[in-house]
Amino acid sequence: MDDQQLIPHLFRTEYRKIVSVLCKYFGWEGIETAEDIASETFLTAAQTWGLGGGIPPNPTAWLYSVAKNKAKSHLQRNHLYKTKIEPALTGTKNTVEYPIDLSPQNIIDSQLQMMFAICHPSISTEAQIGLSLRILCGFGIEEIANAFLTGKDTINKRLFRAKEILRQGKISIEFPPAAEIEQRLSPVLTTIYLLFNEGYYSVSQNKVLRKELCLEAMRLCTMLVENETTNMPQVNALLSLMCFHASRFEARLDRDGSIVLYQQQDTSLWNAELISKGGYFLRRAATGDKLSKYHLEAGIAWWNTQHTDSKEKWENILQYYNRLLQIEYSPIAALNRTYALSKANSKEEAIIEAEKLELTGNHFYFALLGELYKDIHRQKAIENFQQALRLARTQTDKQAIQKQLDRL
Amino acid sequence: MDEYLILMRLDLVIRETPPSPEQMQQYMKQYQDWVGGIAAQNKFVGGTALSLEGKVIKPKDVVTDGPFAEIKEWIAGFITIRAKDFDEAVSLAKGCPILNGEGNSVEVRRLTDGHHG
Repeated sequence: MDDQQLIPHLFRTEYRKIVSVLCKYFGWEGIETAEDIASETFLTAAQTWGLGGGIPPNPTAWLYSVAKNKAKSHLQRNHLYKTKIEPALTGTKNTVEYPIDLSPQNIIDSQLQMMFAICHPSISTEAQIGLSLRILCGFGIEEIANAFLTGKDTINKRLFRAKEILRQGKISIEFPPAAEIEQRLSPVLTTIYLLFNEGYYSVSQNKVLRKELCLEAMRLCTMLVENETTNMPQVNALLSLMCFHASRFEARLDRDGSIVLYQQQDTSLWNAELISKGGYFLRRAATGDKLSKYHLEAGIAWWNTQHTDSKEKWENILQYYNRLLQIEYSPIAALNRTYALSKANSKEEAIIEAEKLELTGNHFYFALLGELYKDIHRQKAIENFQQALRLARTQTDKQAIQKQLDRL
Repeated sequence: MDEYLILMRLDLVIRETPPSPEQMQQYMKQYQDWVGGIAAQNKFVGGTALSLEGKVIKPKDVVTDGPFAEIKEWIAGFITIRAKDFDEAVSLAKGCPILNGEGNSVEVRRLTDGHHG
């Protein structure tokens, strides 16, 4: 890596660590201070290393020690106020030590504790994702705005409001007690999965940014897997699921960032390493007696990494969807389940089931009916695809449906 | 939308030999396809199949083990669903694969608020 790339690279990997440790130390009251100190540290680095100072032998250690010094002088200024001025006003006295600990273990602990604090049910999921990107992933406000296809002002307001709620609610930056881990993990996993989906299914055409969001979600989940108390079956299942999905990242987007449908993907672009990694975490997830929705989704995702069109594949996918829908209903799972039913049982049976779904506002619903009628009743297939075309909102979806119509 | 209980009963007297593992797997698929179909309509609320073990408690602290020789119909499982009226609940219940077996039955009951509704 050359000198030009070093600081941006270190910013991406170290900013979030410094912020988490300092914020853990200052509390939510000092989150802005923590962010300022971390930013100033990189500014100092850019100035010192650039202006003849050269890059120090251990740049990371250099950054930590500058951050520590900045934090200490900030605290000393506050301390001065607290020890000299406040006592004069109130008549009390106190002395303070500043054990700012940037050891690897404390960095990891602080980030994990921060993860639990940010993914707190008292703030909206959008804000949780935004804060995660800012504090846990070190994204700039502009990058977050791009990911959400909105303006910087909107994101600034959203993050500001979320921090206010965390402050007012006095949400502690700590590990939940052992008995609560499972329950508190649930919203953390939801946020990680939404962050991943934000990248995977985003409407943004920016392929690099989208991939980055997916990788960040996987990195956060990996931290949970590597930590003993949070290394639970459902966490491994989620990581496995994301590995399987991510394995198709290169194949499912073309050069312009448009979606390439599963059936049309160049399977040589599927990432074999991620598929085998997904398999590894899926095996690790196969402990305990609880089947989470992540287990079921990972099972479906595993079958989707298999090229075959066998009955066995679709039977397995169908059964996973049957159980997934019993845990959590979603229109897209209902539609996918019906498609699997047509492959595992028959198209006729799937048509009867599809017509019961009554998802008449959803263009995927009509596209599915069109697909099911294709070889059975051409006129009905055309009518359904035409209805899908009327309801589709994005250009990509419209093009895909038009292609189906042209083929009939 | 009201909630309804679908109670599945097996006739133990008519049943000959216990089903083979392959048959069990086939029953399981049929059952899951039926429940999955209800869940895909967002009408599944909860419920489960039941294991073979059980206890029966009678007055004067009499507790016996199941399966229960003196009980003809054995409860195989139950689910609760959402439906707009009894007709819809019954039509969803009719898909229960347990009804393929002679002597079996499915009972549909509307759930009420509290114990006295």
